[in-house]
Amino acid sequence: MALVQLTISALPAHVRTARLMATAVARRAGIAESALDEIRLAVGEACSRAVEAHRAHCPGRPITVELIDGTADGAAGGAPAQRAADTAAPSNGHAGAARRFEVVVTDRAPAKEPDAAGTDHEFTGTGLYPGETTPPGGVSGLSPDVGLAVIVGLADEVRIEPGDEGTAVRMSWPLEAAA
Amino acid sequence: MDLKLDHHTQDDTEIVVVEGEIDVYTAPRLRELLIDLVNKGNFHLVVNMEKVEFLDSTGLGVLVGGLKRVRAHDGTLDLVCTQERILKIFRITGLTKVFGIYESVQEAIDKRASK
Repeated sequence: MALVQLTISALPAHVRTARLMATAVARRAGIAESALDEIRLAVGEACSRAVEAHRAHCPGRPITVELIDGTADGAAGGAPAQRAADTAAPSNGHAGAARRFEVVVTDRAPAKEPDAAGTDHEFTGTGLYPGETTPPGGVSGLSPDVGLAVIVGLADEVRIEPGDEGTAVRMSWPLEAAA
Repeated sequence: MDLKLDHHTQDDTEIVVVEGEIDVYTAPRLRELLIDLVNKGNFHLVVNMEKVEFLDSTGLGVLVGGLKRVRAHDGTLDLVCTQERILKIFRITGLTKVFGIYESVQEAIDKRASK
């Protein structure tokens, strides 16, 4: 398993950087060209969501993007550093399981409760538009959940893990499908 | 690449030509242009996305916002797009039912004229 880790400030311009890096690492891992577009878009959505959450809650804190080439099937889970160090990564007892390309975008904004949908990202003045506040729902005016819906539609496997320290969006694609 | 925006009038429609990437960083510029066009009385817009290389949900939201603004004036906002990778996000979000999506600017103009 090989890991590339990227830490970005919560700035919209850096979302593109994360997309480009994710695409480059995925291409090197052997992902099919058709899936590269999916990865690029899904990573962009996850990072955009994280950036907007940080700008609302903790603009000074960084966002982490991990690009993992060769996780075992179903290996998503556990602390990132621990997973990165665990080269065996047998997650669920499936020895020789299919290998995957996994992307984990971890923010440090407060995770919302399931029944508080739509209330966690309130944009109150640190807007991206000069001279005006960001509209409800962020830059687009759409709910951040739309971005998550897009991710679910694009990634082969998705896990969204809210925690005390923020939310991790884990997305993965099978490497075998690229052959 | 970054985002390039241009616009011109064709028949009675304002054509917005978008080139490059529409994301959380660049989408505000497109939003400002659409708002400006509507504020200047352009209520029939066609956004030509044939040279768009990337579009995310932020960009979708800006287009939906533009559509909402022109509809407030009984206007239209149609799209020109034939790229599968761009169309895919419209399909995932169900927005193919919201926008008129055409293969050429002329087709978009003709379709509206025939309604």
